[in-house]
Amino acid sequence: MAIWIEEDAKVLVQGITGKQGMFHASKMQEYGTNLVGGVTPGKGGQEVLGVPVFNSMIDAIKETDADATVIYVPPPFAGEAIIEAANAFQTIKGKGVIVCITEGIPTLDMVNAVAYVANRKNIRLIGPNCPGIITPGETGGAKLGIMPGHIHAKGRIGIVSKSGTLTYEAVAQTMSIDEGQSTCIGIGGDPVNGTGFIECLEAFENDPQTEAIVMIGEIGGTAEEEASAWAKENCTKPIVGFVAGATAPPGKRMGHAGAIISGGKGTADEKFAAFKAAGIACAKDPSELGQVLLESLKKAGLR
Amino acid sequence: MNIHEYQGKALLKSSGVPVLEGVHCTTVEEALAAYDTLNSKVVAVKSQIHAGGRGKGIIYHPETKDEIMQGGVKIAFSKDEVNTYAKNILGNLLVTIQTGEEGKIVNNLYVEAGCDISHEYYLALLVDREQKSVLVMASTEGGVDIEEVAHNTPEKIHKIVVDPNCGLLGFQKRDLGVSLGLSGKALKSFYNMLGNMYEMFVSKDCAMIEINPLVKTKQDDIIALDSKISFDENAEFRHKDWNDLRDLSEEEDVEIRAKETGLSYVKLDGNIGCLVNGAGLAMATMDVIKLYGGEPANFLDVGGGADEEQVKTAFSIILEDTNVKGILVNIFGGIMRCDIIARGVIGATQSLGLDVPLVVRLAGTNVEDGKAILSASDLNIHTAEDLADGAKKIVALIGGGE
Repeated sequence: MAIWIEEDAKVLVQGITGKQGMFHASKMQEYGTNLVGGVTPGKGGQEVLGVPVFNSMIDAIKETDADATVIYVPPPFAGEAIIEAANAFQTIKGKGVIVCITEGIPTLDMVNAVAYVANRKNIRLIGPNCPGIITPGETGGAKLGIMPGHIHAKGRIGIVSKSGTLTYEAVAQTMSIDEGQSTCIGIGGDPVNGTGFIECLEAFENDPQTEAIVMIGEIGGTAEEEASAWAKENCTKPIVGFVAGATAPPGKRMGHAGAIISGGKGTADEKFAAFKAAGIACAKDPSELGQVLLESLKKAGLR
Repeated sequence: MNIHEYQGKALLKSSGVPVLEGVHCTTVEEALAAYDTLNSKVVAVKSQIHAGGRGKGIIYHPETKDEIMQGGVKIAFSKDEVNTYAKNILGNLLVTIQTGEEGKIVNNLYVEAGCDISHEYYLALLVDREQKSVLVMASTEGGVDIEEVAHNTPEKIHKIVVDPNCGLLGFQKRDLGVSLGLSGKALKSFYNMLGNMYEMFVSKDCAMIEINPLVKTKQDDIIALDSKISFDENAEFRHKDWNDLRDLSEEEDVEIRAKETGLSYVKLDGNIGCLVNGAGLAMATMDVIKLYGGEPANFLDVGGGADEEQVKTAFSIILEDTNVKGILVNIFGGIMRCDIIARGVIGATQSLGLDVPLVVRLAGTNVEDGKAILSASDLNIHTAEDLADGAKKIVALIGGGE
């Protein structure tokens, strides 16, 4: 088990003939991802990286029976690419996972795309503006995104984070105490996105492979606070947390569109306090995540 | 991206939202001519800066810092008063609760006709992160600090969530108007105004429209008396006209240059410059510097796929800040290979002549090659094992911390 993406999941890439799409699709293949095809409107019938290219998501899913898609389409077209994927998965399979890597999608495009996906049961959107999702296998695994595959190993720690490179940092920290990962998810740093912290925590809680969770938040919004409240009531597995942005000034956008303290709300202090109130073990420095996780595992009798 | 009140009002007007007649001026002469054109007994002389709190701000002389006048928005009852206020404001420094101590030089004025106000309301449209939808917020308590209203009397704030599948519906506009106590002509005026404002919010890719106050006149008209509008920068590609609305003097010069090279930079007050890949890791790097007794000089995210040239630009931006006494580079290579970063760092330090201590922490793809390149160079570069180690080292090297 793992969450949402099994090791052998059949994966499509939207935007596979673009520079970004082709580069990352090849890295996904190198890692061992079961890439079954790609989609670029107008380029159907070609072959790229040894897999067929289709004109539409409908064609691609019909032909390949894909379980998931990864979107590397440029920002002006990415919102629509999400909707196309959701429609195709819903129509043909009744389910599917959409991972959108694209950064810089207009917020109102995402409002529409997220509403479209929300109306379709069993369609899951991860991202946008995120590193993606990875389920490491014994050999290879399923890498749906831009994370460096080689730093991961199969294991029992679930990782969820708003940030990309900070997720890699968390992965390296689990490895430093000889722990691998069940699934790692970057939910992205945009103000309006698909899957949130709570859905990830719930899935990890129900996943037999996952025995502990690392949750990395950042300033802006109240998703961390809501996730903490949910975890306090519903989570039995140990959680270790960190929040980035304690030194960020108010009113300034810190790289991610969503990482902004506005009206005095969304500070790191509030989020750390919510984590602590929910019994989440906090690291005040990401380089400590490994040690804090180790202590939590020991406390839970898992080491 | 923020725009000025006078620009916002032009947009509102063209979208069918009632505003008062007004004229944008950059000189005292223009302000006096505007007074004549408007032909209104009373006019408002309004400083145009992007920060809020203008009415309660204070105008200072830009060099001597002597106080010139209380208030950046003045009501003038004669041409003489327009003259006085325009002279006092233009070219001088306006300090408000939102500008910080350094304030903003006022280069633009808006001279606006007056009206007979019977009540002031608050109205805002924004994208709500939790609802993942456009939210309309209104209150009978206008013209005051809305954060305070929300805190002290939350029941006086009325909210409507717009379902993206339906848009803003008629009953929602009516209900909101009624909850503000409007009826008859005023309710109808509000209904039409709100519909037009929502259309504008969507078609112009706004991040926020805030009208504080929205007023009801004695004639039962609904008018936007102020306007604070910002756009979603991600949508810039489909709004070519934004370029003309952008006031570069309101933005940090160096932040603009960083953006042009694909870097994300925010200047801070400390003395340790940082160069990091990824927004989350960049924030965490600042946090850890502070944790070990230092103060970060900036936020700088070089992104996922920076090349040697971008690394060099990043260094030059950091070094422009004369407060910088040391630099911490923190890279977790994913797509980005550590050996490329190491070469970029060496190239940048050689061409820019680095004379402050530099600590480099590399992890991820090709980390061994990257470290070998750094240690083979005869430059004064310190390497660090992890983020904490890097932060401790740079803090120690500049003689700060515990």
